Amino acid sequence: MKSKTLGFIFKYIKGSLFFAILSIILSAAYVAGALYIPYVIGKGVDALFMEGGDEIMLRSLILLLIIIPLTAICQYIMSLCNNRVSIKVVERIRKDAIIKIQKLPISFLDSKGKGELLSLIIADTDAMSDGLLMGFNQFFVGITTILGTLCLLVMIDYRIALLVLLITPLSLFISAYISKKTYVLFDNQSRIRGEQTGFINEMVTNVKTVRAFGHEDENTDKFGEINERLVDASTKAVFFSSLVNPSTRFVNAICYALVAVVGSMICMKEEAFTVGLLTVSLSYANQYAKPFNEITGVITELQNALACAERIRLFLIEEEMVMPESKDLEPSKGAITLKDVSFGYSKDKVLISNLNLDVKPGLKVAIVGPTGCGKTTLINLLMRFYDPLSGHIYLDGKDTTELSYKDLRDNFGMVLQETYIRKGTVADNIKIGKPDASMDEIIEAAKKAHAHSFIKRLPKGYDTMLSEDGGNLSTGQKQLICIARVMLIDPSILILDEATSNIDTRTEIRVQKGFGELMKNRTSFIVAHRLFTIKNSDIILVMKDGNVIEQGSHDELMAKNGFYTELYNSQFT
Amino acid sequence: MFKILKYIKPYALQCVLAPLFKLLEASFELFVPLVIISMVDNGIAVNNKTHIIYMGLLLVSLAAIGLAMSITAQYFSAKAASGYAGILRAKIFDDIEHKSYKEIDSIGVTTMITRITSDVNQVQTGVNLFLRLLLRSPFVVFGAVIMAFTVNVKEALIFVVAIPLLFIIVFMILLGSIPLYKKVQSKLEDVLTLFRENLLGVRVIRAFTMEEEETEKTEKEIDSLSAISLFVGRISSLLNPITFVVINLATYIILVNGSFLVDEGAITQGEIMALVNYMSQILVELVKFANLVITVTKSVACGDRIEAMLSEGSIEDGSEELESIESIEFKNVSFAYEGEGENALFSINLSLKKGESIGIIGGTGSGKSTVASLLCGFYPASSGEILVNGRNIKEYSKESLNKRISISPQFSVLFKGTVKDNLKWGKEDATDDEMWKALDMASATEFIKGKDGQLNAEVKEGGSNFSGGQKQRLSIARCLIKNSDLYVLDDSTSALDNITLKEVNKNLKALGEDKILVVISQRASQIMDMDTIIVLEDGHMESMGTHEELMRSSEVYKEIYRTQFSNEE
Repeated sequence: MKSKTLGFIFKYIKGSLFFAILSIILSAAYVAGALYIPYVIGKGVDALFMEGGDEIMLRSLILLLIIIPLTAICQYIMSLCNNRVSIKVVERIRKDAIIKIQKLPISFLDSKGKGELLSLIIADTDAMSDGLLMGFNQFFVGITTILGTLCLLVMIDYRIALLVLLITPLSLFISAYISKKTYVLFDNQSRIRGEQTGFINEMVTNVKTVRAFGHEDENTDKFGEINERLVDASTKAVFFSSLVNPSTRFVNAICYALVAVVGSMICMKEEAFTVGLLTVSLSYANQYAKPFNEITGVITELQNALACAERIRLFLIEEEMVMPESKDLEPSKGAITLKDVSFGYSKDKVLISNLNLDVKPGLKVAIVGPTGCGKTTLINLLMRFYDPLSGHIYLDGKDTTELSYKDLRDNFGMVLQETYIRKGTVADNIKIGKPDASMDEIIEAAKKAHAHSFIKRLPKGYDTMLSEDGGNLSTGQKQLICIARVMLIDPSILILDEATSNIDTRTEIRVQKGFGELMKNRTSFIVAHRLFTIKNSDIILVMKDGNVIEQGSHDELMAKNGFYTELYNSQFT
Repeated sequence: MFKILKYIKPYALQCVLAPLFKLLEASFELFVPLVIISMVDNGIAVNNKTHIIYMGLLLVSLAAIGLAMSITAQYFSAKAASGYAGILRAKIFDDIEHKSYKEIDSIGVTTMITRITSDVNQVQTGVNLFLRLLLRSPFVVFGAVIMAFTVNVKEALIFVVAIPLLFIIVFMILLGSIPLYKKVQSKLEDVLTLFRENLLGVRVIRAFTMEEEETEKTEKEIDSLSAISLFVGRISSLLNPITFVVINLATYIILVNGSFLVDEGAITQGEIMALVNYMSQILVELVKFANLVITVTKSVACGDRIEAMLSEGSIEDGSEELESIESIEFKNVSFAYEGEGENALFSINLSLKKGESIGIIGGTGSGKSTVASLLCGFYPASSGEILVNGRNIKEYSKESLNKRISISPQFSVLFKGTVKDNLKWGKEDATDDEMWKALDMASATEFIKGKDGQLNAEVKEGGSNFSGGQKQRLSIARCLIKNSDLYVLDDSTSALDNITLKEVNKNLKALGEDKILVVISQRASQIMDMDTIIVLEDGHMESMGTHEELMRSSEVYKEIYRTQFSNEE
């Protein structure tokens, strides 16, 4: 699994490989420069107090003038490279994700929580790229700094280097201990926080219901209980994680004191070990423990990033739908045939079995039945949102599985019970199916859908901005916009899945008139629970518990005096 | 930000102690270079080993004391920040629960959730960092400058130039990048919105075969997010290299300057070392300080947002206790929703008495649900009066009103838990018998019996494991189990098919003699047997009367009836 994850990550870095490598080279250069500068300064300090040190001093000063800007430039370009790599990796993943979403079967998307997928695409990608790339960079810089420091110390004096080396286990131990402890505590905190967020989500979303039932006090109590636990967990996590810096400083200080004492001793005895070199050693000692923290801190971050990467990978390798090539077919005549179609959302729970249906072009087919009987399922099959477990569906005699989704769905116009409004103007929302529609066409479609009169009354008419879920529009108004959408694209087959259930009956009658016009010479499928709207259909399919139990025209079905008659009469008694 | 800061009061002591201990820690750190001077000048220079060891021990003890101070400070600040965040969350939650419907509408649910979760977290981080670094960083920076003066006045002048220069650079870069970060954030939200639309609207997008266009559109947004992120990166990445250059150049100048001073014999080697040392301490502290500024800026922005939400007016509540509802009367009631120009209701007059039932019918957007909300006291009337038992509804406390009114809202909401938990919302101490009775009345018994665990069957968040019709029936049961005087069923039965509906309807009518029942519907069949029917049209009361009267007098009612009963031959 690990190697697959790494391979996956590499695939996304590959496009920015040049910058990734450049960043590594530059960070090595930066570390070298940053470490070398104190050394040169130390030499300079010595030269100040040496007989004839002027020349050394001059050389040190010139060297400094070159190294300081160079190091800074390396650091800057390194940051730019890192930024670029991480931003581009996120960009590539998100672009693949949007393409992926379009190709995934609806069954997969239905089964996944939308919030979960969104947090995968937004939060996890960021976490992965930050954690992984920045983490890797910090890790690399940390390691090179430690090694570089040791090298320079050896160059200065091996005894000092040994001394510092002795501190290493202590540094490692302390930072590992703290980061491990912190991880557990933060994990605990985020668990409780998740619990609280869930509670907040539920109660705030439904705050009106909470108020109506006077449930505020109970909620406050429950919230208070979780809140108390969260405060406690959070205090611990924050406190422990904030120990990292002081303890590093303490380790550094010990190291500093040791180097100061030992260095001074050497300094007194040996001419070669100058005060300047002592300065340098001290400044190295002062920074020695810091990279250890960064490294251990990075390790937890890396683990988290890898976990995110794996989740993203699993999403991106999810099985896609098989899509035949588009053949740019002529618009269909609208003949639909279902042959021995069986279907269930899972294989062991068959909802529809052996359904046969022959719909000639231009016929009106109504699907009726009690709540939850599988009416919408049939629509899902026609649109190929789901595929049957067995059997075939033909459009103009062609098996729909051999058509591309585009060739198939371009023939359909669909209005669902649940309205879909996107961020944008009213006009944008109407022209979803036909982005190049002119304003006249849009208004024409809205008029046909009886939406024109209310749109006109909106603050900016067709240019009124709508929020993501339609904001202030009523459900009925949103539905009218969805209907206008279909009016605009002029499809050869029409699907109305409880399209008018949120509209009052009088408006419905008017919209139906519009639909009536639209349905002329077009095959249409209508799911409805108000039976008077479908009385004039050519075929009425009566469904119960997933099966079509009766089939025929209104008069035929009424004559049968069966389930349809019962349903129909129930409205009027 | 200031108004919500007062909630930190219970942690006032910690808020004083945390920075104080940090200050102590920092002052101990500032002594270190002085110790080194002494080591070099009084130890090495004169070959005094004991002095060196003594000084070494001093260094270790300074570090140990510093560590103790620091741990104490971190503890106090963690305690204060986490505790404060807890208080804030509780305050916000309480505030949200008691907000008027008007405010809930205008703020929006997503905003409220963001405020109480991520905004509070940001404030917590900000407070924590602020308490820790507020005194420490400036103290170390300025302390180092002052110490430099005690070491050597001429060299210290270099600090006086370098420090303000650094501050200017840090602030310029921060000022430049903070607004850009906000832009990045809003671009990210745009990308998020597109992804959400693509996921939620997947059926519509596929039905219209808009996949390619949607992909293109999203990719364009992703590109522009990348572009702006890269741009911000170019500015914010400047911070480290530039401070690096300034600090090192300052050190460089200390050296150059030092070379003149040495010639005059005005400076020792130890002193130069100390100065170099102070310079590097400043570098470390300055980076931390820049971080502090970024974090605190973000936190203040979040705090302001929280405050804006909290301060949108105190909750008006009446003081009268409502014992029971005898009558309700609307006198010329008009109503407009916040931010919407047009009225939702115009001069409505109606009166309800104990034991009466009333039906409200009308088209989409005719104001039916608004009447229900006003009846329940969720919104105050914009003009006119709503009288309960002859007194203005505003005079009663919200709590006592809620006790006497039970509603099944238009959008049925179930809560995570069990069926029992949900029914208990209506009546805390309901027995199983009472629950079954309520479920019976709502025609919900059958499907509850079919669930594993029956009354103890799990209800997932949002009731996602129940169908629309089932949710509505449970919502009705929850409404009916509550012992109150006024029952309002707001279009609660729209997703039910006719057979099921009949049963529910029959049960509703058996509610009881002294209750007031209000049924809101688009369907004539549901309300035709009510004592009084009110017909609403575009917010106006078109007519009022019994079914028979309306069939004679009301054009709108007749049309509604005709469209729904068109087969009456």
